Amino acid sequence: MINFHYSRASDVADAVQQIRADPAAKFIAGGTNLLDLMKEDVERPSLLIDITRLPLKTVGETAGGGVRIGALVPNSDFSYHPLIEQRYPVVSSAIRAGASQQLRNMASTGGNLLQRTRCAYFYDTVTPCNKRTPGSGCSAINGINRGHAILGTSEACIATHPSDMCVALLALEATVHVAGPKGERAIAIADFHRLPGDTPQRDTNLDRDEIIIAIELPAQGFAKNYTYLKIRDRLSYAFALVSVAVGLEMDGGTIRQARLALGGVAHKPWRDFAAEAALNGQVASPETFRRAADVLLRDAKGFAHNTFKIELARQAAMRALTQAANGTPQSQSNKKIA
Amino acid sequence: MAQFTAPCPPREGDISRRSVLQGAVALGALGPVRAADVVPHAAIAVDHKSQVSKPMTSYIGTATSRIDGHAKVTGGAKYAAEFNVPGLVHAFVVASTIAKGRILRIDASEALRVEGVIDVLTHEKRPRMADTDQAYKDDVAPEGTPFRPLYDGRILFNGQPVALVLAERWEIARLAASLVHVEYEQEAHVTDPYRQREAAFVLPEPAKSRGNAAEAFAAADVRHQGEYHVPIEHHNPMEPFASTVTWDGGGKLTVYDKTQGVQNVQRYVCSIFDMNPDDVRVVSPFVGGAFGSGLRPQYQVVLAVLAARALERSVRLVLTRQQMYSLGYRPAMIQRIELGATTGGTLNAITHDAITVTSQYEDFYRNETTWSGLLYKSANAQYTHKLTRLDLPTSCDMRGPSATTGVYALESAMDELAVALSLDPLELRLRCYSDRDQNNGDVPFSSKNLRECYRQGAEMFGWEKRNREPRSMRDGSELVGWGMATGVWEALQVPITVRIKLTANGHAEVACATSDIGTGTYTIMAQVAADALGLPLDNISIKLGDSTLPQSPVEGGSWIAASVSNGIVTTSNAIREELLRLAKRVPDSPFANATSDEVALADGRLVSRLDASRAISIADVMRVGAVDRIEQEKSTSFANDGKHAHNAHSALFAEVKVDEQLSVIRVTRIVSAVAAGRILNPKTAHSQVMGGVVWGIGMALHEETLIDHKFGRIMNANIAEYHVPVNADVHDIKVIFVEEQDHIVNPLGIKGLGEIGLVGVAAAIANAIYHATGKRVRDLPITLDKLQR
Repeated sequence: MINFHYSRASDVADAVQQIRADPAAKFIAGGTNLLDLMKEDVERPSLLIDITRLPLKTVGETAGGGVRIGALVPNSDFSYHPLIEQRYPVVSSAIRAGASQQLRNMASTGGNLLQRTRCAYFYDTVTPCNKRTPGSGCSAINGINRGHAILGTSEACIATHPSDMCVALLALEATVHVAGPKGERAIAIADFHRLPGDTPQRDTNLDRDEIIIAIELPAQGFAKNYTYLKIRDRLSYAFALVSVAVGLEMDGGTIRQARLALGGVAHKPWRDFAAEAALNGQVASPETFRRAADVLLRDAKGFAHNTFKIELARQAAMRALTQAANGTPQSQSNKKIA
Repeated sequence: MAQFTAPCPPREGDISRRSVLQGAVALGALGPVRAADVVPHAAIAVDHKSQVSKPMTSYIGTATSRIDGHAKVTGGAKYAAEFNVPGLVHAFVVASTIAKGRILRIDASEALRVEGVIDVLTHEKRPRMADTDQAYKDDVAPEGTPFRPLYDGRILFNGQPVALVLAERWEIARLAASLVHVEYEQEAHVTDPYRQREAAFVLPEPAKSRGNAAEAFAAADVRHQGEYHVPIEHHNPMEPFASTVTWDGGGKLTVYDKTQGVQNVQRYVCSIFDMNPDDVRVVSPFVGGAFGSGLRPQYQVVLAVLAARALERSVRLVLTRQQMYSLGYRPAMIQRIELGATTGGTLNAITHDAITVTSQYEDFYRNETTWSGLLYKSANAQYTHKLTRLDLPTSCDMRGPSATTGVYALESAMDELAVALSLDPLELRLRCYSDRDQNNGDVPFSSKNLRECYRQGAEMFGWEKRNREPRSMRDGSELVGWGMATGVWEALQVPITVRIKLTANGHAEVACATSDIGTGTYTIMAQVAADALGLPLDNISIKLGDSTLPQSPVEGGSWIAASVSNGIVTTSNAIREELLRLAKRVPDSPFANATSDEVALADGRLVSRLDASRAISIADVMRVGAVDRIEQEKSTSFANDGKHAHNAHSALFAEVKVDEQLSVIRVTRIVSAVAAGRILNPKTAHSQVMGGVVWGIGMALHEETLIDHKFGRIMNANIAEYHVPVNADVHDIKVIFVEEQDHIVNPLGIKGLGEIGLVGVAAAIANAIYHATGKRVRDLPITLDKLQR
C-alpha cells in the first residue's frame, strides 16, 4: 500500500472539484473493496476523497412512483428498508445474497456498483492483467478460470462483475444518477457497466470526474413474482458461479412481462431482451423456461475450467423462473434451493 | 524406520516402533532430560486397591470451561504479535515472484530512501548465519537440506522471502517492501503434481507387506479398484505466523513466537545463530490455531531474530495472510486402492499405493497407505509410497497427517466395494473388523471399541432406515444421501517433564514447556493436577509455552494430553511422597508406618486410603516440616509396549442433501462417534471433535489450493478465495464419546483427540453424496460441477 493523502468532501460539487484536480485521486465511501485493492497495490490512489459525510443517505419515493436510494445508503439499510422489502424484494434478496452482514453494513450503494472484478490475476500484481496494466495480456484466459465469464468476453479479458445487487437492479431497469462538472445526468443501469472489449481497464461508463449520487428504481417492482437465486461453491460468503434475478408480471398462468438477468457470467450483469421476449406472453411452463434459458445462453462460450457454468446458468435460469412464477422466491437464509 | 526420522540429537524412549505416523514418532525426548530420575510409568490417580476414601476424580471427565477462556475473550491472552516493547522495529517480507531460479540483483535504494526505513536485509547484507544443513534441522525436520531464509540467491519456491525491510512503523515497512526491486534469472519450474507423477520415486516400504496382495486380488470374488485425489491444502489458522523478538541487552533475546514447540524453536534459533541456550528464551503462551503448521519453526522467526541481531533492537515480523501460503501445506495425494473380497464380504486383498508431493530440497512424507491394512482384516496387504518433487516449499503435517488423506481413499474404496457386494457399508466394515494390528506383528489393540462407535453412531443417526439404493431417498427437490466411514489415529505418547510447586496454602503451580494450540491443554492440565493433588481447580495455575520450563516435545500428533497428564500424575505422586515423608515427623503421626500407596491427596489433606479419618492438612505437614513449599520435577517416558497396538477410532455418519437440478450440496447431519480412551474434558473434547467435523466438511466440499502452473504461483492465497466452511455450511453435528477403558495405553487411559475428529469425515460425506446422486467423485473437493450429469 502506498502513502496517500486524505481529504473530506464538503458537498457533491466539492467532491467533483477535488477529483478533477487530481487525476490519481479516488473517492472512498465504505472502502470494502478499495482498501483491499490498495493493500494489494492494485489501486494506488494519490488522494482519497472521503465522501461519507455527503447528504446522500436517504431512501425516498419519487414523483413517478419509484424509489430513490442515496448513493451512501449502506447496503444493509438498502436491503432492509421497508419500501424496498415491500416493493422491490428482489433487490433486498440480492443484497443479502452477497458478502456478510458486517460488509453490507460498511458497503455503500454507489460503491457496490463500482466493485472491481475478483479475478485472481487482477489482484496479483506479479501476473499480467489487461485490466490492471492494459496491454500486458490476460493471464486468466489460459490460466485458472473456473470463476470467469462465459458471455461477452473478449480476448483481452474474461473477468466477471462480482455484484449481486447490480443483477437485481438490472432486472428492474434501475437508473444511476451521477453528478459531474457539467451537472447531473442519468445513466440506465444497462449502460452503466461495460463489456471488456479491448479496454477492460474501464469497468463502467462513469467518467472519472463524476460521482454516483443515487439509484432510482422505477415503479414496477415485480414484488409478487420474483426471485434471486445465487449458486456458489459454498452456501454463503462466496462470489456467484452463476446468479439469476427474475421478475415476472403474471396474468394467471401467463407471463405478461418478464425480467431476467444473470450475474457471475460476464464483465457486467447480463440481460438479454431476446430471452425475455421468449417469455413474454407465454404460459409459464418448463418448456417456456427452457426455451428462454437456451436463448439466454445461446452465445455462451466456456474456457478450460468454466464450461460447466453454461449448463449451470441454463438450469439456474430455469429454476429461478420456476421460483418466480410459483411465487416461491429463494430464501437467502434457508440455503435449500426453493 | 530410522532413515525416515530427522537426524536429531540422540533421543531416548522412542514411542512406538509400530507407529503408522513414521517420522513423527521420533519427536520424543529431545535434548537433555533434566530431572535425575525418569519414572517409567506414572501411577494411576485412581488406585483400584484403595478401600476407603478414594481420591477425588471430580475434575477428570467433567465438562469444564476453559480456564483461559476469560482471558481469551477479553483480550487478556496475548499472542506472538501482541507483545509490545518500546522502540519496536517492524519488519516486512519481500517475497520472490518466481518459482525457481536465482537472484541477479536486489535494488533496495528506493526503499531505503523512505523516511522511517532503518535497513533492508538481503542474502548479501545480513548478519552471519550457520552454513551447514545440520544447523537448520529442527526437531521435526525431514530428510534433506532445510530451507535457509535469506541465506543465498537461490529461489526454491514462489513467495520465498528474498529481502526483509525494517522500519519504525509497520505501514512504512510494507510500503518500502513494495519498492525493493529484485531481478531474477528464471529457470523452468514445475508445480503440477500430475506432471511430475512419472518422476515420483519409490520410498522404502511403508510397512511389511503380508501375503501376496496382487494374486489374492486377481483371485478375489469381488474386486474394486479406484484412484483417489486430494489437492494441496493449507492450514489457514486464524492467527497469522508472527514473531516478536525483544532485545534484552547483552545479546540476550526473548522470542515471542507462534509455534507448537517453544523448545524446538529455541534449539533451532541457537543452532542457526550459534547462540548460548541461556541467551534465547522462546515464549508462546497462546496459539491461535496451527494444525501442524507450527510444528517446525517457520521462516519468520529466523528473519525476526536475524533483524534483532542486525539492529540490536527489538523486532516484530508478522506474515500477511497471503504470505502464509508460502509455508508448508498438506501434500497433494494421488492414491490407488485395490480391494479384493469374498462374496461374503470379507477382505482378502488390500493394495494401497500413494504418491505425495514435497519440495525439491526436503523429503517430507508420512505413512498414508498402511492405515488400510491396520483398519481391516486381510491376509494379504501391500503398500507402496512414492514421492515426487515440486518447486514449492516443503509439504508438512496438517491435522491428521496421512490418516486424513489415506483413510479418505480407503473409506471411499470400502464404500465402493460395499456397492459391488450389494452389502450395507456398515455391515461390510463389521465383517472386515480387525481385532489385531496385522501390520505390526499381528498384536491386539490395547483397547478398541470401534464396534461400539458403529453401534451407537448408527443408532443415533438412524442408519437402519437407510435404503441402500442410490438416488432412492429424497426430500422435495433434493436427493438425500447417507454415507458412513471409519476414522483411526494413533494413541501416541512422548517423554515429558513436569514441575509442580505446592505451597502451604494449598495452591499448586504446574509447569511444562508444552503448548496449548487452542485445544484446551491449559484446562486439562489443571483438571488432572487438581485431582492428582486433591485441590480445587481454582487453586491450580498452569505455566506452559516457555522454553525455560521443563522439557516438552512439540505439541502434535494428539500426544500431549496423554503425555502431560500422566506426567502431572507422576510428579504429583512425588509431591505426595514428599508430603508423606514430612508427615511421618508429626508427633504421633497417623502415617508413621504408611506407605506411599496407602495415602492419597484429597481436599487439601494427606488422607489414608485405609481409614479416611486419618488425615493431616497440607498446611500442617509443611509447618511440621518447616517448609513453605514442596517442589518436584519428574520426567515421564512411556515404555515401548510392543505387545499392543495403540489407536483411537471413530465412526462417522453423514447426511447430505443435493439439489437434483443444480447439484448444490448441503451437509445436513453428521454423527461422529469416537472411542479415544478416557475423555478428560467432555466440553473441550466435544469442541475439538466438532471442529474436526467442520474441517472434514471443508475437505470434502471446499478446500483446494489453486496453483497457476505457468507462474508456479498460488492464486487463491487468501481466505476469501480459499474456501473453508462458513456457518451456512455447518448444520447438525452430534458427537458421541464411546466408553473405552484402557489400562494398557497409559495409566490414565488417555489416547488424545487432536486428529481423530477429522479422519474419515470427508469419506463419509463423499459416500453420502454418492448415495444421494449415484455419482462417484474420487477427486476432492466435490464441487457442484463435478456432479453435473
